[in-house]
Amino acid sequence: MIQRLLVANRGEIARRVFATCRRLGIETVAVHSESDAGLPFVREADVAVLLSGHTPAETYLRGDLVLDAARRAGADAVHPGYGFLSENAEFAQSVIEAGLTWVGPTPESIREMGSKIRAKELMRQAGVPVLEAPQQPTDADLPLLVKASAGGGGRGMRVVRSLVALPKEVAAAEAEAASAFGDGTVFVEPYVEHGRHVEVQVLGHSEGVLVLGERDCSLQRRHQKVVEEAPAPCLPDTTRAALHAAACSAAEAIGYRGAGTVEFLYDPEADRFFFLEMNTRLQVEHPVTEAVFGVDLVELQLVVAEGRVPGLAGSSATSAHDSQPVGHAIEVRLYAEDPAADYQPQSGTLHTLEVPGVDACFGALDAPGLRVDAGYESGDAVSTHYDAMLAKVICWAPTREQAARRLASALAKARIHGVPTNRDQLVAALRDEDFLAGRVGTDFLERRPALSASSAPDPVLLGFVAAVSLAERDRQSRARQQSVPVAWRNVVSQPQRTVLEVPGAEGDDLVAEWYGGRQGYRHAHRDDLVVVAASPTSVLCEVAGVRSRWDVRTVDDDGAARVLYLDGPDGSTTLREVPRFTDPADVVAQGSLLAPMPGTVIAVPAEEGSSVRAGQPVLVLEAMKMQHTISAPTDGVVGDLVAVGAQVAAGDVLAVVHPHPDPDRTDPARPEDHPREGDQQDRPAGGDQA
Amino acid sequence: MTTTATNRDSMLAKIAELDAEHAKAVAGGGARSVDRHHARGKLMPRERIELLVDPGSAFLELSPLAGWGSDFTVGASVVTGIGVVEGVECMITANDPSVKGGASNPWTVKKIFRASQIAEENRLPTIALVESGGADLPTQKEIFIPGGKLFRDITRSSAAKVPTVAIVFGNSTAGGAYVPGMSDYTVMVRQQAKVFLGGPPLVKMATGEESDDESLGGAEMHARVSGLADYLAEDEHDALRIGRRIVARLNRGRGASDTNVQARPLFAEPAEDPEELLDLIPTDLKEPFDPRRVIAHLADGVGAGNDAVFDEFKPLYGPSLVTGWARIHGHQVGILANAQGVLFSEEAQKATQFIQLANQVDCPLLFLHNTTGYMVGKDYEQGGIIKHGAQMLNAVSNSTVPHLSVIMGASYGAGNYGMNGRAFDPRFLFTWPSAKSAVMGPAQLAGVLSIVARAAAEAKGAEYDDAADAGMREFVEASVEEQSLPFFLSGMLYDDGVIDPRDTRTVLGICLSVITANRPVEGTGRFGVFRM
Repeated sequence: MIQRLLVANRGEIARRVFATCRRLGIETVAVHSESDAGLPFVREADVAVLLSGHTPAETYLRGDLVLDAARRAGADAVHPGYGFLSENAEFAQSVIEAGLTWVGPTPESIREMGSKIRAKELMRQAGVPVLEAPQQPTDADLPLLVKASAGGGGRGMRVVRSLVALPKEVAAAEAEAASAFGDGTVFVEPYVEHGRHVEVQVLGHSEGVLVLGERDCSLQRRHQKVVEEAPAPCLPDTTRAALHAAACSAAEAIGYRGAGTVEFLYDPEADRFFFLEMNTRLQVEHPVTEAVFGVDLVELQLVVAEGRVPGLAGSSATSAHDSQPVGHAIEVRLYAEDPAADYQPQSGTLHTLEVPGVDACFGALDAPGLRVDAGYESGDAVSTHYDAMLAKVICWAPTREQAARRLASALAKARIHGVPTNRDQLVAALRDEDFLAGRVGTDFLERRPALSASSAPDPVLLGFVAAVSLAERDRQSRARQQSVPVAWRNVVSQPQRTVLEVPGAEGDDLVAEWYGGRQGYRHAHRDDLVVVAASPTSVLCEVAGVRSRWDVRTVDDDGAARVLYLDGPDGSTTLREVPRFTDPADVVAQGSLLAPMPGTVIAVPAEEGSSVRAGQPVLVLEAMKMQHTISAPTDGVVGDLVAVGAQVAAGDVLAVVHPHPDPDRTDPARPEDHPREGDQQDRPAGGDQA
Repeated sequence: MTTTATNRDSMLAKIAELDAEHAKAVAGGGARSVDRHHARGKLMPRERIELLVDPGSAFLELSPLAGWGSDFTVGASVVTGIGVVEGVECMITANDPSVKGGASNPWTVKKIFRASQIAEENRLPTIALVESGGADLPTQKEIFIPGGKLFRDITRSSAAKVPTVAIVFGNSTAGGAYVPGMSDYTVMVRQQAKVFLGGPPLVKMATGEESDDESLGGAEMHARVSGLADYLAEDEHDALRIGRRIVARLNRGRGASDTNVQARPLFAEPAEDPEELLDLIPTDLKEPFDPRRVIAHLADGVGAGNDAVFDEFKPLYGPSLVTGWARIHGHQVGILANAQGVLFSEEAQKATQFIQLANQVDCPLLFLHNTTGYMVGKDYEQGGIIKHGAQMLNAVSNSTVPHLSVIMGASYGAGNYGMNGRAFDPRFLFTWPSAKSAVMGPAQLAGVLSIVARAAAEAKGAEYDDAADAGMREFVEASVEEQSLPFFLSGMLYDDGVIDPRDTRTVLGICLSVITANRPVEGTGRFGVFRM
């Protein structure tokens, strides 16, 4: 029996495993990096061990350090979660050799399934259809998919649509795979254009293989799942049965022990499927299976790891052998990312993370409802070092439509402040007609760019709401004349001006012009906007007879520019107040290149003092596992260049591109390429240059 | 009887006229002049003020109608008012360079004098936003000699530990150079400020020296060479930013360690909607109205720390004057309000006693005028009305608690004095558009003149020309009527502004905040309260 279990992972999956352990009376051990020291999973563990460093390579990927931590913390078992060391056969081996219980499949199984090429070979032998890659691809085989053999989670995958590009993409994928997984092996397979991703949950144990239905995980961006559901919609019963049988034989072929997932590419047009790979671990999306089958997969993993047979006496996880899924469950992954900017990962302080109407956290729902598994809580910092998933939100309902509706509504009403997320896209997807009809595919999001465009309500209304809440906030902090109406004037000469900007779209100011005084707030240009009631945290607004309430959370950013998070019935928006004044000493030089996000400078192709052309790369910033090339906005001479290895914060000056001293060579800089200076926009209307 | 609807229409019409007059002041030197100013990248005075004061705070403009009815632009080419900068209530003055280059005329000087009087009485730091071409030369005789007081006031304020700040946006030359010269802190805007005693032509005439504006008085020179400028601002925005930082360091506002910034007073919104005040005031001032109803619209309603709207004092004695206690924006005030116009001996004595009571408990007083004066007639003279009126004037004059006056309706004769008219130095005095003030009513005045003239003619045995008399009466009545109207009186600086009655509570709230911000309210303690 396991007494004290170490989770070699972080964030929500660590919390997930701890939750089951607590219920079963197993003590818990967390390992954590320095950046993660403040996160909930560290607090919740009975014992926590620091792994020095920040990056995964320094911490969570260091099997030796994790084992040492297990020893020091007195753990007798190790659960790897997903990602990191979860499919590392050597680590599994070393855990077993250290005399600890390994909560996962045997190192042999991991090894066999870990190589995707080898896995396909095994599956072909077991009679499971596989996706064959042509040896010499021709145009007829396009498009193709280049995949890292050791990869996972979509990393190292590239779609190739022209044979000319193939060698280059293979080389790039190899490089990426080598740096990400330490193994540069890649392979090529056909890319099924409108295919669906359907996977089967299996649980191998000493007496056989338990199949716990399938999941559809077709909604993906950048080959990473964002919406998953169980059971898979619009799947013929015979196909479903065939999938389950194929998965079962796959697991049986290698004598698989523990929780695993056999992934298939399903071609709905031809009603056929191919084996893709087997994940020898718990999946991120396991909660949807837990919901519809009423099981605790982590508990089942522990049961198997302890050498027992699930469903037998001594396990509270009842047999799911013959059980059918009940109702429908959908999970969405809430990521700190910007769907409109190619899903660029985002970081910062997560000031608020609140989902309304949550029925359970980190555990199976005992009745239809809402479950949230979050790695972060309000106030936590989201760092650049790890995966940007904030939380999983799962809804279980009698039907798929009901689940989608409730989940969309809960997400729309969630309060998520501090970091941009894919929430709007998730809500739009869950409300999409094709999605609701079950017409899903791995290219679903790619083909619907509109879903990633944020559907911000009337900007004039937003600006007004923000201005009013700021004015109320100012009023409350006022030491003198607090009871006097806001912005009262006995001689009215001009409206009040509140200048706001959307973070990420600096320079594109949203100017709210309004009047205060005896009659309350009035918009200077829009009579149809009526403020019914206002406070620093809430503005009740009426537009053409329709009343709506906006909740406003205001956060001081560096003490000066306040950031407002507005949540209303038609969406959520973040705005930043543009200060009335800028100290000339703080103004950045024209032509400055600012860091778009915190990160590390990993390459500086340009040299100090050298001439660059507009668009020429100046330096490369690595943040959130991605490389961002910073290019020259205009022709000019590079100066004030930061050094390779420099850690930079968002907004830091990375370099300045000075115009050429020779006026004939000067390419007049386009104003939008420059950071704003002097806040010309800040002036009252009358003060602008005529 | 007038109805509430006609009262309202009539008052709204008067308020519309007021707004139109205010708009003239805001328009300054007119659209072309303003455009030219803007084209130079410069801001208008009210734009400068809007950037200077705390976002969303109130700004109480003073004497906006100064110069009304004169040859000069309404507003007298300067804006004065009380604004909150970095949590500190300040007296702000700003020249309007769109009006004749911001040159000072006699009304400008009067307006600035009044502003500095308010600053002195209430210990308000002064921020001068300077851009003035100097004195209006044709009227220099009315400006030059008395104008020196302006500079004297700045340094006296400084000596009284009330700081002064000058932000120079443009011309501030000759005598005007002493505004930055006398101020505690001076900010000058690069390429714009010009501060010298004599410009290049005068220097050339005086000494033959060739010079230019920048070397004689540019911001850069004053910041780096003469030291007259403490701060060099990049532009107007920057100057205002620096101005705010200066005030933030005056050790007065939020978090200041050694000032008596008191806890924010508790208050409740009034029991009656101030909007209804417009229904209340009769079109014809001959009709009295109940000031208790006005008080219900102005004073705090029942709420935290305030169990009654108005506690009337001596309600059964001298009922033509209502006296009592109320709160406005959380500040307790003693209120004296005319109920039936006339002041009799009883009313005068009641007022005297009440003023002494307010002094005993260090409570500010509010006078709400609607008086036709002290009663005349044999019985009243014999009853000592002069003595009793004199008691009231004595009490008003020597009371040391701050006084506020609002002329709601009539304010005639010695009633104006007794109710704390301008000559009796209330801290603030505002007028409603419905007000009238003169030595007596226009018809009465014309009638008196007629009777006197007829008597004079009769004494000489001359024939009295009745037709001429009628013409004279009409003319006198019309001109007195015009001169007793609020715009005229406000133009003469006989009040601090004409206000929309609905804003009265706000105006009083600001005034009470200003009054209590920097000095304690202390009533006189010369005698015990005399029973009356």
